[in-house]
Amino acid sequence: MGASDDDREGGAVAPTGIRRRTLFGAAGAGALAVGAGAGYLARGSADAAEHPVADPDAVPVDFAGEHQAGVTTPAQDRLHFAAFDVITDSRDDLVSLLQDWTDAARDMTAGNEVGKFGAVAGPPVVPPEDTGEALGLPASQLTLTIGFGRTLFAKDGKDRFGLADRRPEQLVDLPHFSGDRLEPAICGGDIAIQACANDPQVAVHAIRNLARIAFGRASVRYSQLGFGRTSSTSEAQVTPRNLFGFKDGTANIKLEDTDTVEDFVWARSGDGPTWMDGGTYLVTRKIAMRIETWDRESLEGQQGIIGRAKGSGGPMSGGDEFEPLDFAANSRDGEPMIGEQSHVRLAHPDFNGGAKLLRRGYNFVDGSDQLGRLAAGLFFICYQRDPREQFVRIQNNLAGLTADLMNEYIVHIGSGIFACPPGVGSTGYWGESLFT
Amino acid sequence: MTPPHVRATLGAAACLPLLLGAVACATDSEVEGSGGENGAIDVTASDDSCSLSRTDLDAGPNTFNVTNDGSRVTEFYVYAEGDRIMGEVENIGPGLSRKLVVDLPADGYEGACKPGMVGDGIRADIDVSGEPAKDLSDSAELKQAADSYERYVQSQTGALVEKTDDFVAAVKAGDVDKAKALFPVARTYWERIEPVAEKFGDLDPAVDEREPDVEPGSEFTGYHRIEKQLWVAGDTKGMGPIADQLQTDIDEIVRLAAESPLTALELAQGSKNLLDEVATGKITGEEDEFSHTDLWDFKANIEGSKAAIAAIRPVLEEQDPDLVALLDERTAALETELNQYQNADGTWKSYDELSKAQIKRLSDAVAAVSEPISQVAGVVSESV
Ligand SMILES: [Cu+2]
Repeated sequence: MGASDDDREGGAVAPTGIRRRTLFGAAGAGALAVGAGAGYLARGSADAAEHPVADPDAVPVDFAGEHQAGVTTPAQDRLHFAAFDVITDSRDDLVSLLQDWTDAARDMTAGNEVGKFGAVAGPPVVPPEDTGEALGLPASQLTLTIGFGRTLFAKDGKDRFGLADRRPEQLVDLPHFSGDRLEPAICGGDIAIQACANDPQVAVHAIRNLARIAFGRASVRYSQLGFGRTSSTSEAQVTPRNLFGFKDGTANIKLEDTDTVEDFVWARSGDGPTWMDGGTYLVTRKIAMRIETWDRESLEGQQGIIGRAKGSGGPMSGGDEFEPLDFAANSRDGEPMIGEQSHVRLAHPDFNGGAKLLRRGYNFVDGSDQLGRLAAGLFFICYQRDPREQFVRIQNNLAGLTADLMNEYIVHIGSGIFACPPGVGSTGYWGESLFT
Repeated sequence: MTPPHVRATLGAAACLPLLLGAVACATDSEVEGSGGENGAIDVTASDDSCSLSRTDLDAGPNTFNVTNDGSRVTEFYVYAEGDRIMGEVENIGPGLSRKLVVDLPADGYEGACKPGMVGDGIRADIDVSGEPAKDLSDSAELKQAADSYERYVQSQTGALVEKTDDFVAAVKAGDVDKAKALFPVARTYWERIEPVAEKFGDLDPAVDEREPDVEPGSEFTGYHRIEKQLWVAGDTKGMGPIADQLQTDIDEIVRLAAESPLTALELAQGSKNLLDEVATGKITGEEDEFSHTDLWDFKANIEGSKAAIAAIRPVLEEQDPDLVALLDERTAALETELNQYQNADGTWKSYDELSKAQIKRLSDAVAAVSEPISQVAGVVSESV
């Protein structure tokens, strides 16, 4: 951003700048201006007047659509992911929860406050409907994406909501992968909600308000904050880096490649139950990284483990970031330049029957552990048409100490699989097709 | 009996009756046939027009649903005389809808759409009329509620004084076992009516402060000081003066409570505060950290909260029967969850015997009641 920012900071008196002060004056005199407008107060409408299409963060991502937003949407920079346990056995309560959630999600993704009166316009003697920490922030490309876990369909052999026969075959119980050290408290969940935004405060606000709406009907099982998207889902995005310092997501499915998206991401008619047509399957893995050990690995070693150059992101077989991987290329001593146990090779479609995933994971740092080591890693998130053919197949190829060399530096500690229903229109609610 | 003005206010004030009045709002707008869900005003902005589904509005918060059917980014303003901005919503991209809530006193206003977000915009007159919101004043129903709760408080304070006397006597007699048995019992009566005590400044901390909260330079006294001696030291050494002071403080609180009973609004807040006590202190096991008798307090807080709700119940039933039904259902679920930890002889399981999963279920059940209970004060304030 340039001159317009400076103008604003410097207090240049543009006509709209006066208007802004007038607004605050009016509010101080007892008028209440809330709702969408409040979302932009701090950002200065002087900008807006000069540049009719303002900051992209000010233009919300459409909530309504054939598919849910937050899957192929260009990956935002921040994540707040939450898994919920439904604590009622009433189908009606579950449906009403999904309806209330959808209403709030529509409000929040549009940059609006939750509820009729939002954060400050309500009656003084009751708690505000919206918690308020996103006031003054734009929509920040917030997307909210919901998925249903296996236990929503049946838990401990109990069909709580009459959904047992509607569970898609694709929603498998993930097998144990060699090397898994899963902690039950951060696995599973009846419902998952992924909140992605370019501002962490907006993502946190979203999950906080949804959790609040859920009290009495669903309870947060665990939640995870993430930063620094670790993949690109659009050609327009620069490939980011993970906490190993490597570019991550170079070969990811990009939304511009619509054929690949259709083939690998969205469930089609005939794939499974019709309620999932247009939906997708979400797999999450919380992957702890042994950061300090990794940092003591030589550059050569790191690059060999990954199979790509640390600087450019290009394959070890040569070329820049987007150069195709040449698995046949051998070095002078006859060894493959992209090692047989390298991460890119084992994860590549060529070695997985052509299977691809749409990844949109995030880095996380949960502070440091009691030994002073960074409690950090990757909250891996992927979307796919059929986890059996995609995530499970690829992960089986990667898992085990004789497989991916990277396994020495990572450990999978959390896991989840969810069926994400198709998108909602401007009316209707998340997962409506499951209940009708 | 409902005073006649209760209904009259609801009808006239339309969107004024606050949060839970949203229901009443929808009904009003249907009656008026003025369109827009929940009484909202639909604003449709194009590149060269700005239409409002209605322009005669009732005083109070009004919701504008602004839809941009044009091709340029637009914004919508509500101006008072002299272009004083009452509310605005900016950056509405083509095809998008945004919401604006503005509290409008009776007066003349202008709504303006600004395609391209420049210029004076395309304007329409808006007329706002009607009564401002009424102040909360005493109604017969609320008076009855306060009286009813006052009777409950009296029944509890009687037992509180009696059981505390017994407890104090056991402590002073050095009867550790008897004092330990009486400790949670005396506190039951205290915990049921704690919102009453909270009004009286230093007395509440003197009686019920926990050790980590004691301010530097002041003394650790009250129930928890004696609790520590009983459970940690296993004796009553030095507790005589503390016990005497506890009895004096309790007597004083009971006397003050009788002098200034809670108003209906205060007891609505009190019912919430009791559950907040559970959610912050009890659920963590901090309250009775030495004796682990937290479940006794837990139960008492819930009973006290229920009693407060019971007193306001006629008002709630009148104003928001759905809220009452939800409270009943969730309170029953909370009690079922809690009661499984009660022993056959009426005593309660030691809190440190509960698993993390059991505590999480209790916490969920408390939160489930707490959210709707936080709406009760709004309903009470609305019922005038
Ligand atoms: Cu990978």
